[in-house]
Amino acid sequence: MRSDPAEYEFAAPGTLDDAVTLLAAEPTEWLPIAGGTDVMVQFAAGTLRARRVLDIGNLPELRRFEASSDELQIGAGCTYTQLREHAIVAREFPLLARAASWTGGIANQNRGTLGGNIVNASPAADSLPALLAYEAELILASVRGERRVAYRSFHTGYKQMNLAPDELVRAVCLPRRFSAHVSYARKVGARNAQAISKVCMAALARVEKGTIRDVRIALGSVAPVPIRLTETERGLEGKRLDEAAIARARKIAAAETRPIDDIRSTARYRAAVSSNLVGEFLERLASGAVDVA
Amino acid sequence: MRKSAAAKCDFSLVVNGEDRTVRAYPMERLLDVLREELGLTGTKEGCGEGECGACSVLMDGALVDSCLVPVAQAQGAKVMTIEGVARDPRFHALQEAFLDCGGAQCGICTPGMILAAAHLLEKKPKPTMDEIREGLSGNLCRCTGYAQILEAVAEAARRSPRRPGA
Amino acid sequence: MAGPQSDRIVGTSPPRKEGRDKVTGRARYIDDLRFPSMLFGATVRSSIPRGKIKKINFGQGIAWSEYVVVSAKDIPGRNHIALIENDQPCLADSAVNHPEEAILLLAHPERRALPKAVAAVSIEYEPMPALFTIEESERGDQIIWGKDNVFKKYTIEKGDVDGVWAKADYIIEGEYFTGAQEQLYIETNGVIAAFDAEKGITIWGSLQCPYYVHKAMMALLGLPEDKVRVVQAETGGAFGGKEEYPSMLAGHAALLAMKSGQPVKMIYDRGEDMAATTKRHPSRTRHRTAVSRDGKILGGEVDLVMDGGAYVTLSPVVLSRATIHAGGPYHWPSMRVRAKAVATNLPPHGAFRGFGAPQSLFAIERQMDKIARELNLSPVEIRRRNFLKPGQTTITEQEIREPINLSGLMDRALDLAEYDAKKKRFANENPKRTRKKGMGFAAFLHGAGFTGSGERYLASVVGVEGRADGGVRVLVSSTEFGQGTNTVLCQIAAEALGLPYEDVTIAQPDTTNVPNSGPTVASRTAMVVGKLVASAALGLKQTLVGAGMLGERCTVDEFRAACRQYVAAHGEFRSLAKYDSPEGIFWDDAKYRGEAYAAFAWAVYVAEVTVDLATYSAAVDDFVALQEIGRVMNPVLARGQILGGVAQGIGFALYEKVEWRDGRMANSQMTNYIMPTSSDLPPIRAYFEELGNKHGAFGAKGIGELPMDGPAPAIVNAVEDALGVPFNGVPLMPERIFDAIAEPAEESRPPAGAR
Repeated sequence: MRSDPAEYEFAAPGTLDDAVTLLAAEPTEWLPIAGGTDVMVQFAAGTLRARRVLDIGNLPELRRFEASSDELQIGAGCTYTQLREHAIVAREFPLLARAASWTGGIANQNRGTLGGNIVNASPAADSLPALLAYEAELILASVRGERRVAYRSFHTGYKQMNLAPDELVRAVCLPRRFSAHVSYARKVGARNAQAISKVCMAALARVEKGTIRDVRIALGSVAPVPIRLTETERGLEGKRLDEAAIARARKIAAAETRPIDDIRSTARYRAAVSSNLVGEFLERLASGAVDVA
Repeated sequence: MRKSAAAKCDFSLVVNGEDRTVRAYPMERLLDVLREELGLTGTKEGCGEGECGACSVLMDGALVDSCLVPVAQAQGAKVMTIEGVARDPRFHALQEAFLDCGGAQCGICTPGMILAAAHLLEKKPKPTMDEIREGLSGNLCRCTGYAQILEAVAEAARRSPRRPGA
Repeated sequence: MAGPQSDRIVGTSPPRKEGRDKVTGRARYIDDLRFPSMLFGATVRSSIPRGKIKKINFGQGIAWSEYVVVSAKDIPGRNHIALIENDQPCLADSAVNHPEEAILLLAHPERRALPKAVAAVSIEYEPMPALFTIEESERGDQIIWGKDNVFKKYTIEKGDVDGVWAKADYIIEGEYFTGAQEQLYIETNGVIAAFDAEKGITIWGSLQCPYYVHKAMMALLGLPEDKVRVVQAETGGAFGGKEEYPSMLAGHAALLAMKSGQPVKMIYDRGEDMAATTKRHPSRTRHRTAVSRDGKILGGEVDLVMDGGAYVTLSPVVLSRATIHAGGPYHWPSMRVRAKAVATNLPPHGAFRGFGAPQSLFAIERQMDKIARELNLSPVEIRRRNFLKPGQTTITEQEIREPINLSGLMDRALDLAEYDAKKKRFANENPKRTRKKGMGFAAFLHGAGFTGSGERYLASVVGVEGRADGGVRVLVSSTEFGQGTNTVLCQIAAEALGLPYEDVTIAQPDTTNVPNSGPTVASRTAMVVGKLVASAALGLKQTLVGAGMLGERCTVDEFRAACRQYVAAHGEFRSLAKYDSPEGIFWDDAKYRGEAYAAFAWAVYVAEVTVDLATYSAAVDDFVALQEIGRVMNPVLARGQILGGVAQGIGFALYEKVEWRDGRMANSQMTNYIMPTSSDLPPIRAYFEELGNKHGAFGAKGIGELPMDGPAPAIVNAVEDALGVPFNGVPLMPERIFDAIAEPAEESRPPAGAR
């Protein structure tokens, strides 16, 4: 353990209001900690730069699920276990439920939060491709009130995001319009459990009269941020899913990825596997498979 | 709001059924507080990064890696460690099954494995082998290749009476 | 099948002696112990692979007066860790030869005060050119050790090798690679040291070999034998990684303890343990085999090189085992093995289960499949035609004197794995699938105990003690670290004396109290030490008989009563047994010829794999491990050894890769060094045969390391069956499978991770 706990200040606000008030008073000073599954790893490794930690793990405002007829709002402090066990998530947002089941083991899932996954902004984060596929919106809270941001434009670069220094993610909003979509989720890691992904895909589409509609393909670990394969999607929209279309889509997909060589894998491998997963998704769609999540 | 300057403060937890107060820095890991402050050395450190599960405890009934929990976040929590599990009649069959099935070799992963198994069996008293495997997939063992551990959990489930109403 | 005598206790599975403590959390590992006034220690390490130390700066912001600081100048004895060549410093003095080499030691009353102090020490170096691979070391343009970077060489010559090539119908060449592997015991290295001017130094630690540490402390601290005491704490896994390394850590803690006058605890965190301590030796093996038209091996040449890292440490012994196993379980009418261990600027490599055999057995088993392919024979047939038979000799000309039927063993293993049916089915189905399946197997042997004259040199001594309560206690320096030492040795003593298992206990290994039964390595504990335990137990009984307190035939109660009576009269008493070399065992150390091992265990392992062409990952779906091991001493423990060893072997084959960056392990976290989880392993089915062993306790042969040898070649053979592409190195990562399929050609380059 390479950090000295004696060097850290710790604030435990009882409410979201208190939390954002403190952040507004001393922005960039306080590092929020929710489940701690990322922060505490850095702490133990001695790489945490912050010395003041703000506990948002127990704020009731961040732990709510609110469902209306067209939207599900998930509190940013909801854990992966809560996501897996929530009936609407399991039924209507299988990409997210699946991603939650991949994140670490049961102990990590009991503590890790969706908000934490978003704000830690690892390109390899498991739930982020699902949020892109579902066109999530984030509700960000500060002393200035709340604002909604399309998740698609939230990440602006590697570990950069559209989040002011005094803002917290309060909730993730998922539009409830994907029940009729076929979903496909696959994580490729170094092993079957407890792995950081080398490639992670979340995809949705409808098939109407043999043509593909409203296709969304999101990938993690192949760019500095999680990405949607927009060109690939455009090329597929409204097309018949024949061999040629699938081959074309695979090629475009590989070219849309911007992976790197790193300690876990290589760029060439990631591009090739991305292409393969896109192909697998489309082939299953074409063969009439229902949910492959 | 409770703000702590970089100094020790008192935290109250219920550990293995007993009210305990510890004086610690808020960012001390729950693992270290259990081991050093409270002398409960049954919980082990294997990696310090939430990968191996040797530090698993139950916190308010949920399995967590205690190396990733600042003690300040355990304020007011009910914590159960291997020492509590060892005394708890609910888990007697689990311990005996580990002994009978060769579930412990070097024993360092064993407390964490037993905590994970206890957590699983509380939620699913008659789990399938796949559920056992998933329930313990966050606990690494280098000695056994896992089979005898999974078999021990299955055996414990077999030996336990069905819960009333289950 | 000659099975030894009884199975009253030996051959059954009584509860692990220390099992209850382990499942209740009561077992005390080294970090669970604390002493009054104890300090904590930490190590300042080299950040470069090779160079001269110019200046050491103690940075700002640290209250240095609160810390104890130790450097090489504080070493009272000799600055080396005594092992074989004594070239490894305990603390670097003027130069460093690998990343993470220890330079300074710090101690402080509070553990949390150490990391920042370590970080605040900055060292100025004059870097020198460094070598990171076998190839770089062999080139010889940079000499980093001795005259030629070579730690050790062996040559084995049998028959007339040079004459076979002209007679051969086929000459098959192959080159095979294995990477470094981290032992990854879940409990990291740790020790506590305490010094007292009168008593000397005491070391408590997570360790395999108390007497290795004892010997090393005498030399380092300049202390006589009776002023060094080493006590093993409950040890959370070892696998060889705590064979020699603890001597280094013990030396560090001892120096801090001596300088401060207080006990010092040093526990490595995972990152330090992975980056700084030993790993399995990487290897490169070249085979050239002469084969006749009818598939008979005529002879061969093997060129084997191991990367020893920066200092000699155990490389000569690892190399020895690799050399002797290089021919596998086959009959070689002629063979030449040239083996060497070379120096690189990596942290020294060391003992890891298998100890050289997994490396060379990987090579020969891949080579056999290659030979089969070239001759258009099946992998089964090529082996059947070349297996060693009783009466034939190994490459060191050791005669096989037991009725081992390797062909039969192979047939049984293949049958259990449904090899033929599955292979056919997969061949039919693969063309239509993106998930290709294949079957592969490996046949191998593992010599138990120390090589050649090693056991005689060790001269192990074992004691059995009579206790006041009428029970007996086993006294050995052999340690328990999960493999079952405590349990099996107690079973043996109980069996020998006709006592209940519960009447026998075993002492915690403490060099002031137990004799030196040798290191807990080389799969020798049940076999060699166990045999001595049986002798010592019988010797104890003879003492009672000789004192007239017991008849030769006696009941349990009579034994207990006699024991109590003797203790009442004379105090607690012990009987010692010392290793005696069996007759007719001949070994020539110079020619590397003769009886290399007292016994070989034999095995055939079969793997069923799937390679998913979407992800290029290979995974094992089913695994059969069949072995002949002399005698199953304890079925639950024996199965546990095989299942655990196979799991490590699967990791070695497919998951565990050390990423080297300029000689440093860059993936020194459990997140990035991947060992299998419970979700990654197939059902592993273990089966045993027993031919007995006259040199082993109740017929036992060693089994601890055997299971490490088979999985890697069986798996890579299976991958070749699945894909039709031969791979020649482990770990076989998806990225490498992808590269090969994208550019189809037989791999001849070293794996990307070799640098």
